[in-house]
Amino acid sequence: MKPPEAAASAAAGRQSPAPPPVLEARGVSKHFPGVVALDDVSFTLEAGETHALVGENGAGKSTLIKVLTGVHRPDGGELRLSGQEVHFARPFEAQQAGISTIYQEVNLVPLLSVARNVFLGREPRNRFRLIDFPRMNSEAAALLDGFGVRVDPRRPLHTLGVGAQQMVALARAVSVNAQVVVMDEPTSSLEPREVETLFGVIADLRRQGIAVVYVSHRMDELYRVCDRVTVLRDGRHIHTGDLAELDRMQLVSMMLGREITEVRRHGVTSFSQEGHDVERRPVLKAEGLARRHQLDGISLNLHPGEVLGLGGLLGSGRSETAKALAGALTLDAGKISIDGSVQRRHSSASAIRAGISLLPEDRKAEGVVPGLSVRENIVLAALPRLSRAGIVSRGRQDRIVEIFMKRLRIKASSPEQKVGELSGGNQQKVLLARWLCLEPKVLLLDEPTRGIDVGAKAEVQALIDELAQQGLAVLLISSDIEELIEGADRILVLRSGASAGELTGDQVTEGALLEALADHSPAAPEAGTTENAGEEAAR
Amino acid sequence: MTTTQPAATAERPLSKSRAPAWFQEYGVYAAVATLLVFNAFFTEHFLTVDNLRTQLIQVAPIVIVALGMALVIGTEGVDLSVGSAMALSAALLPLYLGYGLVPALFIALLAGAAVGAVNGTLVSVVGLQPIVATLALFVGGRGIALVVADGQLKQITNPDVLALGTGSFLGVPLVVLIAGVLTLAVAFLVQRTTFGRQVVAIGGNRSAAALAGLPVKRVLTGVYVLCGVLAALAGILATARLTASDPSSLGNLMELSAITAVVVGGTPLSGGSIRVLGTVAGALLMQLLTATLVKHNLPDSTAQMAQAVIIIIAVYVARERRSR
Amino acid sequence: MKLMSALGSPKTAAPLPSAPLGKGGPSPGSAPASQTSGKDRLASFLQSQGALAILIPLILISSFIYPTFATLDNARGVTVQASFLAIVALGVTMVIITGGIDLSVGSVFALGGVLAAWASQWGMIPALLVPLAVCGAIGAVNGLLIARAGMAPFIVTLASLLGARGLLLAITDEGATTYLVPKDSAFATLGQGSIWGFGYPILIALALFGVIGVVLQRTSFGQTVFAVGGSKDAATLMGLPVARVRMTVYLMSGLLAGLAGAINAARLSSGVTIIGVGMELDAIAAVVIGGTLLIGGAGSVSGTLWGVLLLAVIQNLINQIGSLNSSYQSVVSGGFLILVVVSQRYLTARTRRGAAP
Repeated sequence: MKPPEAAASAAAGRQSPAPPPVLEARGVSKHFPGVVALDDVSFTLEAGETHALVGENGAGKSTLIKVLTGVHRPDGGELRLSGQEVHFARPFEAQQAGISTIYQEVNLVPLLSVARNVFLGREPRNRFRLIDFPRMNSEAAALLDGFGVRVDPRRPLHTLGVGAQQMVALARAVSVNAQVVVMDEPTSSLEPREVETLFGVIADLRRQGIAVVYVSHRMDELYRVCDRVTVLRDGRHIHTGDLAELDRMQLVSMMLGREITEVRRHGVTSFSQEGHDVERRPVLKAEGLARRHQLDGISLNLHPGEVLGLGGLLGSGRSETAKALAGALTLDAGKISIDGSVQRRHSSASAIRAGISLLPEDRKAEGVVPGLSVRENIVLAALPRLSRAGIVSRGRQDRIVEIFMKRLRIKASSPEQKVGELSGGNQQKVLLARWLCLEPKVLLLDEPTRGIDVGAKAEVQALIDELAQQGLAVLLISSDIEELIEGADRILVLRSGASAGELTGDQVTEGALLEALADHSPAAPEAGTTENAGEEAAR
Repeated sequence: MTTTQPAATAERPLSKSRAPAWFQEYGVYAAVATLLVFNAFFTEHFLTVDNLRTQLIQVAPIVIVALGMALVIGTEGVDLSVGSAMALSAALLPLYLGYGLVPALFIALLAGAAVGAVNGTLVSVVGLQPIVATLALFVGGRGIALVVADGQLKQITNPDVLALGTGSFLGVPLVVLIAGVLTLAVAFLVQRTTFGRQVVAIGGNRSAAALAGLPVKRVLTGVYVLCGVLAALAGILATARLTASDPSSLGNLMELSAITAVVVGGTPLSGGSIRVLGTVAGALLMQLLTATLVKHNLPDSTAQMAQAVIIIIAVYVARERRSR
Repeated sequence: MKLMSALGSPKTAAPLPSAPLGKGGPSPGSAPASQTSGKDRLASFLQSQGALAILIPLILISSFIYPTFATLDNARGVTVQASFLAIVALGVTMVIITGGIDLSVGSVFALGGVLAAWASQWGMIPALLVPLAVCGAIGAVNGLLIARAGMAPFIVTLASLLGARGLLLAITDEGATTYLVPKDSAFATLGQGSIWGFGYPILIALALFGVIGVVLQRTSFGQTVFAVGGSKDAATLMGLPVARVRMTVYLMSGLLAGLAGAINAARLSSGVTIIGVGMELDAIAAVVIGGTLLIGGAGSVSGTLWGVLLLAVIQNLINQIGSLNSSYQSVVSGGFLILVVVSQRYLTARTRRGAAP
């Protein structure tokens, strides 16, 4: 069935007996304290279709999924299941209604057996009303066999590989007589062979008339399995239509909110127009960084005075690269050297000593200590330097805090205000101040302007510019295309944990970046200063 | 990355009402003041120097232990072994008094440090949950103390030790004085030292602290060592008061009194904040409550049930403060 | 730049502390654990049934060395003694499998005994129903505050530890009154009678272990207990009745502690008021030694049974040796506890590594 026709016939008149969509969200809104996660979003899912749901971070995908599966209750709008309005109070009710979900991180119980996980809550019973384990195990084995997983169902789940665990989750989701299966990043931890099995399962589901909501950032997967696509951005509905009618460039530009028409550096952001004077010798050099399922041989050089942009869609390994450089992620392989000396035991503390500072992506979980004051958050990493005999000098603290609060225009009622009470932009500035007062050589900025207001964003951008001019080496990760284009001197594009190209000089344009992100055509990777010997073979 | 954070929607607080901010902040002090005022009017012989002296002497060891406990709870931990550390120091004290007061005190305190070092290592290096890590020495520590003391109660005759228990300076009992000085010292430690601020930061957001390069393991171990030393000191002082070393019963249930004082004093069990004065007030509140009820011929049973209710109220209020 | 000189001292003045964080390179034993090797199977056996693996050789060796150990009388004595802790630990096992903790069981045990002795003047049925009702109510309040109000199990059950002890003192005139169980009543027989020399308390404990073992292993409720402890969020997303199950385990824990107290009162013919202090931690120790993970999600009632017996046998042996005073018992128990939890920690780290995202 062609969705546009269905919509048209529904609009034409009531007498037309077109079956209602199996699942429909109308004008759904969801607010969290300080955030509008969903703003009047509509979404329709037809029986038997595989519907891609795409968008960058903060687009509202996760929230929409949670509304559809009963985890969140919407603040406004309605949900309809086969034309009937429904209200789910708990995930259980959504499951009862035939909506099952596979979450990105396997949401099963690792210590229980495979079979128990599949049947938790609906175990087969014998005539004494007790669980019939032989039957449960054989049913589980048969079910999993259909998913290409041949394991002893009595094994504890955690002894399986992550891919096989994902398949168990899928088996559980499908075996509850679902009408709708929601898959949130189902392939993020699967091997290529397992991905094929998954696609086979999706084809089977389609034949049975079961609808699939497919969330992924991997373009090639979307185009292989999905019929239609819905694009969300900043909590709003942007587009719904046949996927075949869109090419990758169009899709990516819709996700990022950019026109495809090439935009030159036009000064929307607060970055200066000139490039920076870049020193020849790299201050930070990374070779072949690798980590299972996340990084696949990334190499990069970072020079004093330059801003290196790290581009890539979600899940491409941007944040992991930054964390690895900052010593916060253990690596399976790879070499990191600072000022020419190879780091042996690279930990957060040793990286900081060597002059590397990381502004983490997740401000709340990894950045601020919400219960402490602005002053204490700023001086947190510098405490030992500000103390004599272990006693913190209040005077020196206050001096630094005053300088940085003024310098970064941190708006707080006083330095003693708790950081948890500040706006996102001011929290971000506090974190920047924490690192700047350590006088770092290398600043790794992971989404420094996400979720902060326009004014603070401009200030942070101007600051990045200024810091680079003063000779700092800056690594800038951003989903904001404009920010990346205008802020970075060159851009390294990552895809699936490997380098997918580098843009330097005149190549740093939106068109080229979009093409590289969309994997349209290789954006003329020029060796330049970076050795892009990333092993792409595995993917 | 879009981590699908599973929301625990099944758990809704019973009510959404928030206690007034002042109540969260000053409730425990207000409660202490209320009790004092109440007693001034309605209890005979309460606001007398003698009675207050007795109350303070009784509460002093609890305060000392609770100070260490507050540090541990500030890191999102708990130390069940404080009673055992008290017993161990009490058991060791008479054994080494022959070498003089200072070596004996040193060894007794060292025992507390050792207990803390074991706890701290199990928590920070091995990565055990604090409850389990300290449970082991809760069970075993008193046993070691009894083995050391050969299961016997020993009279203490050393005049220096006895002076610790009964002596006073400018009319203030030494025990109370020591507790007071330690309160100020711990408050200073928490507020003004690198270590203290790192403790609070680690309790507030451990991954942020680690990313900021803080020596998480060393600080955690240090906190448990401090807690053990403070407990050992409380053991010495209590022994001096009793004029006997009694490892089989000294410090029994002390972990509960100390945790209660800390929690009632407004330090959240989820870490990230340490209220030193609140902890002292919490200990005082429990002490005064019992004393008040006893003076009004209300029995111990009522006091215990009242304490249970106060704990629940205190935690409920603190929980609301941190509710997301 | 000027703001960077604000520190006032050169960079080298005070070095940052050398951090013992992280392990730098790949940590040892980080091999993917997708295959169950023999070593892993041994590890998981030791983790779940380690107490039994120690208990059997211990009993065998002791039987040779101490002739007074391997007598039927001694076995009866040890097992009757242990059966009360076993019943209490049974409830605690369920609580711990859900990832919680119950500190109130010692007080509730004592309260149950006093209530039973008091109510036994009206016969056997009240002597059982009164303690079960009151102790069940305490467990239910614990469960309500924990599962519905979202308060920490540790602190809630700490408060009810005090509350239950207070209640006990209140009904015994501050411990001055000791209620006696009428001699030769049916209720007294419950604690003192025996079949083939094995006292009823043992049989009751075994029956309860059997029933609850089946409930945990063979019913949906039991599966949910494990699932809640293994991953509360996953259980919620799977639509399992998480709050209800958490409430139920605290209720059961209260009921079992009260029942154990009642039977103990029947055996002692009186409601002893000073009993049960610190019993909660003995119970937790037995549960943990029995291989139940304190973080929840894994464990077994049989392990708890062996854990309780192991503690009882150690105590008995130290009495047998005679030359050792009884304080060695807690030293050995504490040592065991450390051994068990540290090895559990490494075993689970080993087996769970594969599952980490």
